[in-house]
Amino acid sequence: MKKNKLYLLGKVFIWLMLAVMYLPIVILVIFSFSGSSGIGAWGNFDFTFDLYAGLFTNEQIMSAVANTFIIAGVSCLFATFIGTISAVGIYYLHRPFKNAMSAVNRITVINADIVTAVAFMVFFIVCLNYLDGYVALIIAHTMICTPYVILSVMPRLGQINPNLYEAGRDLGAGAFRTLFTIILPQLIPGIISGAVMAFTLSLDDFVITLFNKGSGLETISTLIYSSTKHGIDPTFRALSTIIFVGILAVLIGINIYSASRRKKAKLAGGNV
Amino acid sequence: MSEPPLLAKKTKLRRALAFKRSYFCFPYAVLCVIFVVVPLCILLGFAFIGPDDTFSFDNFAYFFTHAENIKTMLFSMGVAALTTVICLVIAYPLAMCLANSKINKSALLVLMFVLPMWVNSLLRTYALQNLLIDLFGMQRGFVSALIGLVYDFFPFMLLPLYTTLANMDKSLIEASHDLGASRVSTFLKVTLPLSVPGIMSGILMVFMPTMSTFSVTEIMGGADTYMVGSMINELINGGDWGGSAAFSLILLVLVAGTMALSNLLSKGKSTDDALGGVL
Repeated sequence: MKKNKLYLLGKVFIWLMLAVMYLPIVILVIFSFSGSSGIGAWGNFDFTFDLYAGLFTNEQIMSAVANTFIIAGVSCLFATFIGTISAVGIYYLHRPFKNAMSAVNRITVINADIVTAVAFMVFFIVCLNYLDGYVALIIAHTMICTPYVILSVMPRLGQINPNLYEAGRDLGAGAFRTLFTIILPQLIPGIISGAVMAFTLSLDDFVITLFNKGSGLETISTLIYSSTKHGIDPTFRALSTIIFVGILAVLIGINIYSASRRKKAKLAGGNV
Repeated sequence: MSEPPLLAKKTKLRRALAFKRSYFCFPYAVLCVIFVVVPLCILLGFAFIGPDDTFSFDNFAYFFTHAENIKTMLFSMGVAALTTVICLVIAYPLAMCLANSKINKSALLVLMFVLPMWVNSLLRTYALQNLLIDLFGMQRGFVSALIGLVYDFFPFMLLPLYTTLANMDKSLIEASHDLGASRVSTFLKVTLPLSVPGIMSGILMVFMPTMSTFSVTEIMGGADTYMVGSMINELINGGDWGGSAAFSLILLVLVAGTMALSNLLSKGKSTDDALGGVL
């Protein structure tokens, strides 16, 4: 009896925390349908799509959105590729080198964003003489995302049969062919979660982008930051809503997909 | 009997030159040297360049002789520590609830806590600012900034804790109960010590980012929540590379210090697993 009460309390706690986490976003979504400049004016809540119309005609915001996604997409691709093959390499390295690589790999993960950002900034100034903002950001984002890909691929490597690689080589496949046809397919879950993480990290990044973007290039983060100084444009409410709904849709999609796969696997298992 | 010496030498050479799996990390090793090690070395160099482009300790002298700089640094550490403690106190019971199969069976709920992390952090902070300041009429200041920081960094504490608690061997807890330990002593003597790696990586994921942030405190707070991040940002905007490099270097030393401390506390057990389990 007492135990059941405790479990109920736990459930209430979980849902309460979820409500707190989502309240700001929900309020933002509701007020994205109101044209009023501030939030909280329930009295003159007029239901309009003005903010959405304004969003798609606002060139500054649209180009920031495009920049953000292009940079995130490209650096996610690079980070996933480099991270995956490096994870294989590091996993089979011998002791002193393995520890050294793991340590270097952890520098960017543990380091404060702002230190990484300043380090990249002075590096680009000294060595690459004010590189183009796009290239600089893609390099910087790739380097901050790769360690996370490695960290999520590495545990999967421990689960695969090491003899398969040797078998592939013995049967005459080259190292690259063995890597791509035998090792990588078994790492796919780790690669996907690493890629998702890399993409999100790049999307979410603010400080590194701010210090290395140069002039003229804006991403969502830097645009919001610069506009907070003179009152945020309510159009951002519409943008937040679209991004949030998009993410929600992807999440639900993944869930339905994995549920149907589980069902299929169950059915297949039942037939045998 | 044995192979001709020339042939043996040849096979040996071929074996030494043969492509090994470990070679796949070479490109990344090179990239790391160029884009991680070299920038940090340049940062070190910049920190010791004075106003007239010569070697000097001016930047550090400036930092340590101005009381407000040290005050800001200590204030940032205090704010970061407070944020970390609040996150830990809320996230630990929540992670226990989420990891308990009798309370929560679906991985979806855990994912729902991660979901806000995928919305741009500045958009999230902006949403919170709208809620607290515009809707609830809260005053911009220390409290609102603290709420903002906790709100922003909470998932980074929750996830490592959840991963460690969910992967914990449940039979140990049952064994403790079977041996007559009460709930409280089971928690203190079994669950808590086993979750130390999760706590450590949670602290690492919250403390340093909080300390060096400036976007959240600037959006949510006011003049009384001036942090190290804002200081570095202002130096950069003023074109003072040396000063910003020196301040970053001081932060870097602090990062290394926290790392060493956490390694000491988790007794060398790697926190990598908990970090890798963030998604």
